Amino acid sequence: MLVIKDLYAKVEGKDILKGINLTVNAGEVHAIMGPNGSGKSTLANVLAGHTNFEVTHGTVTFNGKDLFEMSADVRAKEGLFLSFQYPVEIPGVSMVNFLKTAVNEHRKYHNQKELSAGDFLKLMREKKAMVQIDSQLTNRSVNEGFSGGEKKKNEIFQMAMLEPKLAILDETDSGLDIDALRIVSNGVNMLKNKDNATILVTHYQRLLDYIVPDFVHVLYEGRIVKSAGKELAFELEEKGYDWIKKELGE
Amino acid sequence: MEDQNKLINEVTQRDYRFGFVTDIETDTIVKGLNEEVIRIISAKKDEPEFMLEFRLKAYRRWLTMKMPEWAHLKIPVIDYQEIIFYAAPTQQAKYESLNEVDPELLRTFEKLGIPLEEQKMLSGVAVDAVIDSVSVKTTFKETLAERGIIFCSFSEAVKHHPDLIQKYLGMSVPYNDNYFAALNSAVFSDGSFVYIPKGTRCPMELSTYFRINAQNTGQFERTLIIADDDSYVSYLEGCTAPMRDENQLHAAVVEIIALDRAEVKYSTVQNWYPGDKNGKGGIFNFVTKRGVCKGVSSKILWNQVETGSAITWKYPSCILAGDNSVAEFNSVALTNNFQQADTGTKMIHIGKNTKSTIVSKGISAGRSSNSYRGLVRVAPKAENARNFSQCDSLLLGDTCGAHTFPYIEVGNSSSVVEHEATTSKIGEDQIFYCNQRGISTEDAIGMIVNGYAREVINKLPMEFAVEAQKLLQISLEGSVG
Repeated sequence: MLVIKDLYAKVEGKDILKGINLTVNAGEVHAIMGPNGSGKSTLANVLAGHTNFEVTHGTVTFNGKDLFEMSADVRAKEGLFLSFQYPVEIPGVSMVNFLKTAVNEHRKYHNQKELSAGDFLKLMREKKAMVQIDSQLTNRSVNEGFSGGEKKKNEIFQMAMLEPKLAILDETDSGLDIDALRIVSNGVNMLKNKDNATILVTHYQRLLDYIVPDFVHVLYEGRIVKSAGKELAFELEEKGYDWIKKELGE
Repeated sequence: MEDQNKLINEVTQRDYRFGFVTDIETDTIVKGLNEEVIRIISAKKDEPEFMLEFRLKAYRRWLTMKMPEWAHLKIPVIDYQEIIFYAAPTQQAKYESLNEVDPELLRTFEKLGIPLEEQKMLSGVAVDAVIDSVSVKTTFKETLAERGIIFCSFSEAVKHHPDLIQKYLGMSVPYNDNYFAALNSAVFSDGSFVYIPKGTRCPMELSTYFRINAQNTGQFERTLIIADDDSYVSYLEGCTAPMRDENQLHAAVVEIIALDRAEVKYSTVQNWYPGDKNGKGGIFNFVTKRGVCKGVSSKILWNQVETGSAITWKYPSCILAGDNSVAEFNSVALTNNFQQADTGTKMIHIGKNTKSTIVSKGISAGRSSNSYRGLVRVAPKAENARNFSQCDSLLLGDTCGAHTFPYIEVGNSSSVVEHEATTSKIGEDQIFYCNQRGISTEDAIGMIVNGYAREVINKLPMEFAVEAQKLLQISLEGSVG
């Protein structure tokens, strides 16, 4: 589904990603862990197409298509979803209007008929129930005045609405209390199937108690320095990232 | 950023949608301005003596006045001797049915999307369409007449209701109020007149579409709205103009008078030709709009969405004379390319316990300049007056300018005046967030700007709100950075 080959990227002139290689297949859950500043969020943003990040080398194919040939909105419509670490507020734009536009843009792209207002609201009710989001939230402006937990739940709700092929969850667990974490994780687990894939970007092993990864990768100084099964997360939790650094001979 | 700016350029340099010229015969008089021209205008309109006197008084006063220079605008010199002060379609008769109307004219309206046909008017909008100064077709007049509501062209009102005109003309905007108001008072050609009788609630939104058509024709509209005791009316004004290379002068006057407990809501969506992307051409819009809350507990609301004109000089104002009267000014002013706008309001509190609210949302893109200028004056006798002002500016890109000039004068200690102002830019992060959900940058900017303006757009009547939203999206789609 996603094939990253020797990817280099910089932000504000500074090299952040220095040769990433990663392959994600349908049905898989990958966790990308690493200390602060290792390039985790940069990777997520580069994949989603943020213009602040400049790709200097390497290729990424997404379902066989060249990802860098597509603008950010086209990537989204091709099925790439980013759950933001810090979802932005858009004052005056209602969640309903925002999501209806987004859903219908996806449908138009895939030559499907746009949803009527009634069908859209019905779909929204179903998905709200699925991810247990407070129905009041969708009556408000996009993320405006939402608590940290509400924003993250709202991200998962949008993911449920858009049904992406590849979901990248950037630090979705940060700032969540244990109940919110459970709700968010349940949502992600429910949306998981054999045809889609998930990349979890996280600091902590905690999230992985709820969403069990098939692979864990350690990102350090812009490269994946270690990949293994889910047991790697426990090892990291126990020994810390210093252990990796030592192993790398630093 | 680079890409975004490129895209912004593409979307903001779209051609003006309503740029076409209707080929209909017009009856014009020689260009230039002098007493003789004013006499001709008055004679052509078959006006009573008091109207001619009003015009001449205004003209003589105008000669002694100077063009105002305090606005944050660069206005080229206007040669008034090069302007034709009267133009009317030659087919002036009123029509029994649409079949009799010049088909060319109807096509013009069609392109503008004005639903002139009565069968299309189930939405409850009566349209008094004005093409180059003369009212061509008034709909729903009979329905209104049953309730004693008068909604007609200004000229008709002069003929049939001279007493009302004589009593109220110049009450809000005196003939000598300012340079452009004096000019308008001297040469105004036509406009709309509304009278709502005591205790009457106007059952539909009244609407006028103005359209400037003939070349080199200044348009000087005059609108007078009188709401008698305990009445209510909502009035809509929408404007578009065809493309022109030369600048066209528009100096309108709108007067509103609200008597005891009356309420008038005046909404404008203004989309006159703003000039091309190099700043060539476009309408000069120098308008004086003022309402007097004359009666106790009366209420006047100005709602406006302004996206057009090369230069806008416009301050819809309220004089809160009656005790407990209420006034609101809600405005979205959008400028792009080389457009200049100096717009705002004046709230003059005279009565006790009067209350005014100002919400101004400026949006600037391209190389445009967008200023808010507002005066809140509380007279010494206006005890317990309240004003709240909120002025927000949104910048798209880094070549435009936004300015706020608030003037506050409070003459007593029991009144409270509050002013809040913000300036913001559309965030790249907001656009990226929309992109990531599958929404294109162009649509995202439209959505964010509409969200920003929502507070004001929500005050517009439904059908206008939809049009305003589209207009913001079309005329803009600006920048980040």
